Amino acid sequence: MASTEADVFDRLGRRLGALGAWIDARFPMTKLIKEHATEYYASKNFNIWYAFGVLATVVLVIQLVTGIFLTMSYKPSAEGAFASVEYIMRDVEWGWLIRYLHSTGASAFFIVIYLHMFRGLMYGSYKKPRELVWLIGMAIYVCLMGEAFFGYLLPWGNMSYWGAQVIVSLFGAVPVVGEGIAEWIRGDFYISDITLNRFFAFHVVAVPLLLVLLVVVHIMALHEVGSNNPDGIEIKEHKDASGKPVDGVAFHPYHTSKDLVIIIVFLIIFAGVVFFAPEMGGYFLEHANFEPANTLATPEHIAPVWYFTPFYAMLRAVPDKLLGVLLMAAAIILPFFLPWLDRCRVKSIRYRSWVYKTALGFFAVSFLALGYLGLQVPTKLYTALSAVFTAIYFAFFILMPFYSSLEKTKPVPNRVSK
Amino acid sequence: MSARFTAVLVGLAIWSAGNAASKIELEPAGNNIASTASLQNGAKYYVNYCLGCHSAKYVRYNRLAADLQLSEEQLVENLMFTGEQPFDTMEIAMRPEDAIRWFKVAPPDLSLIARSRGTDYLYTYLRSFYAAPERPMGVDNLVLPGTSMPHVLWELQGIQVPIYADDPDHPDHKIFSGFEIVRPGTLSPGDYDRVVRDIVNFLDYIGEPMQREREALGIRVIAFLFVFLVVAFLLKKEIWKDVK
Repeated sequence: MASTEADVFDRLGRRLGALGAWIDARFPMTKLIKEHATEYYASKNFNIWYAFGVLATVVLVIQLVTGIFLTMSYKPSAEGAFASVEYIMRDVEWGWLIRYLHSTGASAFFIVIYLHMFRGLMYGSYKKPRELVWLIGMAIYVCLMGEAFFGYLLPWGNMSYWGAQVIVSLFGAVPVVGEGIAEWIRGDFYISDITLNRFFAFHVVAVPLLLVLLVVVHIMALHEVGSNNPDGIEIKEHKDASGKPVDGVAFHPYHTSKDLVIIIVFLIIFAGVVFFAPEMGGYFLEHANFEPANTLATPEHIAPVWYFTPFYAMLRAVPDKLLGVLLMAAAIILPFFLPWLDRCRVKSIRYRSWVYKTALGFFAVSFLALGYLGLQVPTKLYTALSAVFTAIYFAFFILMPFYSSLEKTKPVPNRVSK
Repeated sequence: MSARFTAVLVGLAIWSAGNAASKIELEPAGNNIASTASLQNGAKYYVNYCLGCHSAKYVRYNRLAADLQLSEEQLVENLMFTGEQPFDTMEIAMRPEDAIRWFKVAPPDLSLIARSRGTDYLYTYLRSFYAAPERPMGVDNLVLPGTSMPHVLWELQGIQVPIYADDPDHPDHKIFSGFEIVRPGTLSPGDYDRVVRDIVNFLDYIGEPMQREREALGIRVIAFLFVFLVVAFLLKKEIWKDVK
């Protein structure tokens, strides 16, 4: 009995092997698996900051899958959008869960992406030879902002409506052609059915395609140069006799098994929000958005969703609208230049001077503070504070060439630390 | 556009500041979404007192019956009066154009009112009508001054007037200190509060009908994830045991 069973498995194994060889002769399957998983070596001393890349991928998959199911029941029209969302929430089997996964996923995406980017700032992950990884990542971030903005209009709640109205009207600040551009984006003089339909097209087809493509390119570029690590050392410089980096372990099964643990911890927190606080106190799903879009009455207080508020606070910090819009644009464009603004040779914050640590600390505090201020009803004090934090945000980037070239760094070890 | 944009921002700031000042403090609704008896009572009051003007157009009668543990017979006899089918949603017969003629505004659909306004708001609102003979409906409301809504529950609550006390900080200013019933209703104040709480509970429920199952499912999902976490952690430990 036992021998026949072994025979069956033996034969099955040989057949699968033959199938693999057949595919490999026509498509680089084994080669890809080796290059990107079983023989892709990444430092063994990754800390928790290195989890957010994989978590961003997990959230991307959640958004794509739940998004497909939402699209099956959603109606992209001014007449039917709001009702179709309620139809999903009440009548579609598991619709409420799919919708909450998607709405929570939107906020989760920005949380993990902001932490992922901050990791890059801490450990110098944007520095040579990873400049392109950083640039592609920034492009992903800009796409994500677009995706979130288009998607936020779709429930056609009153906050969706007026939020889009305010943001699109920002283009009106551009001299001469501004009004024309805003009208061209809306396809109408106001946010209307036409706008909703085109935002839907961008949200479910155009931007997701671009996002997935950019994520693939981001990972390809990363795997070409290899992952950075908390010490900011190139592990490729120390290889053993077989050509394997001594401080690296294979992505699979080492990092995958570690990532699985982290993914489950993330999912526990994620499920906590989805099942116990899907509105997250009005920050993930805003109260005013449970009223259908009303072209005649604005919500009491229009604010974008929390992930845009740092930039919204900058906009409100300056009295001139055009200047505010330019400032917002500059705040998003400046980080693209980070690899060339930072003149310090040392990558990791572990071996950089107090100057950079202080600068990064100020930057982080100002970003969080701007996020908070952007959510509040503006007062004189808040506007003044917003101006101060906006100045710090910009100083971090603009003064970087000076303070980073003067840094007295600590000696960087040859091998990664434990 | 630039001027309009600025005007909107400034207007909003002033408007919300003004609103915050004119409102009285909201009292906690203290409703219990898990209490089916309370929801049944709330449903009864809703169809008898509210549904004449306020639709709940996303709420299906048979879903209501299933969630509130009512048989189809109980549903049809107690909650459906105008020949709807059990699979229908809670619509009203009043046309919006008539409503605007009669009340100046069309009464809003209440399917999601608890999610947009909050239960405390609704609880305090339904308890803050007071006699105001100069108003078209003879009443005004401290939570929403100038409301177009008549005090539909007046028979139950009676008629009340606000009492103002001297403000110790500003001698020429009075502050609201409570209501006084000038004409008693059929319910005692305590019983009236309980009825309002049940109505608010019902509105809370129809705002998100799945919320009663959501948390129970969440506990099971998270329990599973914890078991999975232990397995994944042991797997990770096993795989990493040789890494120095």
